[in-house]
Amino acid sequence: MATLTLVQAVRDALMCEMTEDSRVVVMGEDVGVNGGVFRATEGLQKEFGEERVLDTPLNESGIIGMAMGMAVNGLRPVPEIQFMDFIYPAFDEIVSEVAKIRYRSGGGFTCPMVIRTPYGGGIRGGHYHSQSSEAYFIHTPGLKVVVPSNPYDAKGLLISSIRDEDPVMFLEPKRIYRSIKGEVPEESYTVELGKASVVRPGKDVTILCWGAMVPVCMKAAELCEPRGADCEVIDLRTLVPLDESTILESVKKTGRVVIVHEAPKTCGFGAELSALINEEAILYLEAPITRVTGLDTPFPYTLEHIYMPDPERVALAVGKVRNF
Amino acid sequence: MQSGTEFMKKKTKNQESPTKKKNTKTDHESSSCEILRSDCYRIMNEDGTVDAKLDPKLDKELLLKMYRNMALTRAFDERGMMLQRQGRIGFYVPSFGQEAVQTGTAAPLEKKDWVFPSYREPGIFLYRGAGIYEMLCNLWGNRGDLSKGRQMPVHYSFPDIKMFSVSSPIATQMIQAVGAAMASKISKTKEVAISYCGDGGTSENDFHTALTFAGAYKAPAVFIVTNNQYAISVPLSKQTGAKRLSDKAIGYGMPGVAVDGNDVLAVYQVTKEAVDRARRGEGPSLIECVTFRMGPHSSSDDPSRYRDEKMYQAWLKRDPIKRLKTYLESRKLWDEKKEKSLQEELKKMLAEAVERAEAEPAPDPMDLFEDVYAELTPQLKKQKAELLQEVELRGKFENTSEAFPL
Repeated sequence: MATLTLVQAVRDALMCEMTEDSRVVVMGEDVGVNGGVFRATEGLQKEFGEERVLDTPLNESGIIGMAMGMAVNGLRPVPEIQFMDFIYPAFDEIVSEVAKIRYRSGGGFTCPMVIRTPYGGGIRGGHYHSQSSEAYFIHTPGLKVVVPSNPYDAKGLLISSIRDEDPVMFLEPKRIYRSIKGEVPEESYTVELGKASVVRPGKDVTILCWGAMVPVCMKAAELCEPRGADCEVIDLRTLVPLDESTILESVKKTGRVVIVHEAPKTCGFGAELSALINEEAILYLEAPITRVTGLDTPFPYTLEHIYMPDPERVALAVGKVRNF
Repeated sequence: MQSGTEFMKKKTKNQESPTKKKNTKTDHESSSCEILRSDCYRIMNEDGTVDAKLDPKLDKELLLKMYRNMALTRAFDERGMMLQRQGRIGFYVPSFGQEAVQTGTAAPLEKKDWVFPSYREPGIFLYRGAGIYEMLCNLWGNRGDLSKGRQMPVHYSFPDIKMFSVSSPIATQMIQAVGAAMASKISKTKEVAISYCGDGGTSENDFHTALTFAGAYKAPAVFIVTNNQYAISVPLSKQTGAKRLSDKAIGYGMPGVAVDGNDVLAVYQVTKEAVDRARRGEGPSLIECVTFRMGPHSSSDDPSRYRDEKMYQAWLKRDPIKRLKTYLESRKLWDEKKEKSLQEELKKMLAEAVERAEAEPAPDPMDLFEDVYAELTPQLKKQKAELLQEVELRGKFENTSEAFPL
């Protein structure tokens, strides 16, 4: 066991998979000599050469389009988009091409690939280095969407994603790239896609979250305990396909739900979770489902700490739901 | 702006056999691609005659195969338009006038090479051996369609012959072709990837993307621009300020050449050189095939609203099939008797395939859920069960869709 940061665990997963499977190639802006602006690909080019770790021209549509063609022709590409805020030029290639190719060709062509991209705020990055735009991709049939929240899951989920037969959006919470360390086995292992994790069991209120909001919600749960609410915190880990049964089981137990995400409220994934709980467990509810999310504004710079959900805001919502 | 008509009337600079033209210094590094340096390359005269010294004297079998494919492409397009006009299929995209571009660029490829076509390339599918019945089933979107009725007509997909699935958004396939080419380069399989777009496609982001990446990586790729003078109704003069689309190659660090797209011998020669060059590891090339879209953009389009009639008339005289026929006759490889029997054979073959294809039923409703992912997600399983219940409850669904407008 080694103690790694989340970004080191990402690198470790890439190293493992590139060693085991010669079809795995990595590409993106600055991923080669520089090892990525966050160092997620550090040393990979030295180890595997320029043909398997490609510094690309500065063009996101090109990175994804090229990766798709490579996947169609037998490789397992892991393209990196430097910040999720820069992914939009590649939106067409992702949602109309990568996501659709299996379906539109009747299963004749497939493109298994993992699009890695750091997402989220809390790093003083302003509007163009802070967004959480998972909802666009969750809304696109054909894509899987995975968000780790700790080093162990990051490695296991990334390895599972690379081995998956479908394209995966792998969203890395850059705010906690280095702030959280954890024990990570040196060997290869997988964490199954589509399985949520109950990171804190509790009986009063269910908190649903993922990525960088998981530590925020854990702190909120600590705040809530002396205030009389025992929170169950669920780290969804995979947003598509969603682990509905873990969510519903918890909701049926607590009857009270707070959903937390960084993305804007309207049409955020929280809305979908809320609808799911309404459809499947409405008779178990003791209070309205409550969302703690980013605002329906562009992501700010100076006041990002007010924009983003923090433990106190989550705790206040829990209190409201608990005392309804 | 130099229109296609004016260009084709001009004497081209390089009417000599390109291989004989030696020691010309150019901006491009490779010394192996003489053809790709010329201003616009042409072998056949407009009437199909060929000066003896220019004649590439291609193999007889190859010439006849190309002629047959061009005739088949025309017959297939005529049948497709007819089926649409009769209300038997919803939509069709003909490629009238562009048969030489399709056949001439397909012929130099090997089986292992990849093709990333646009939606106006039935002739490449046909040349590489796509089943006519399967192509027709795509027009109906029925159970015989390899894409299981999930795409509009003419959006074919034939993995077995490495004909990539057609997409409607323009030029997206060109960067994907670069990816396929790069996989070939990394895996050392010597496959070349050829991709296509129209004159309008050169304005798209992914055209720029594709040529940028291919140039940077020296990918074994060939880019074909079928300059048919119109992007639906917008003429080339409003599409770009570029004098010649092949000039764009310079900016990406690759050779570019314009070729008479209605001269199948020239298209073949130029493409062959580009494909060979790519296979040798010398990098990508851009070929502009100058031609004219003799039909509508699609079955929903009326070109009389925008088409330059004089230009159209001029191009009528340059019919690529007639030109090759004249050439074949001059080489005593073809005559009216052979023509008549070929036309009869094609007609019969198409009629039989149409009858079979039209009889295929629509896909099963439960097929809606397959191939979204490798396996059904829990959410899709749930939706599938719900639809199955609805099917059992209602029995039938009324299709009230309107006709496609584009």
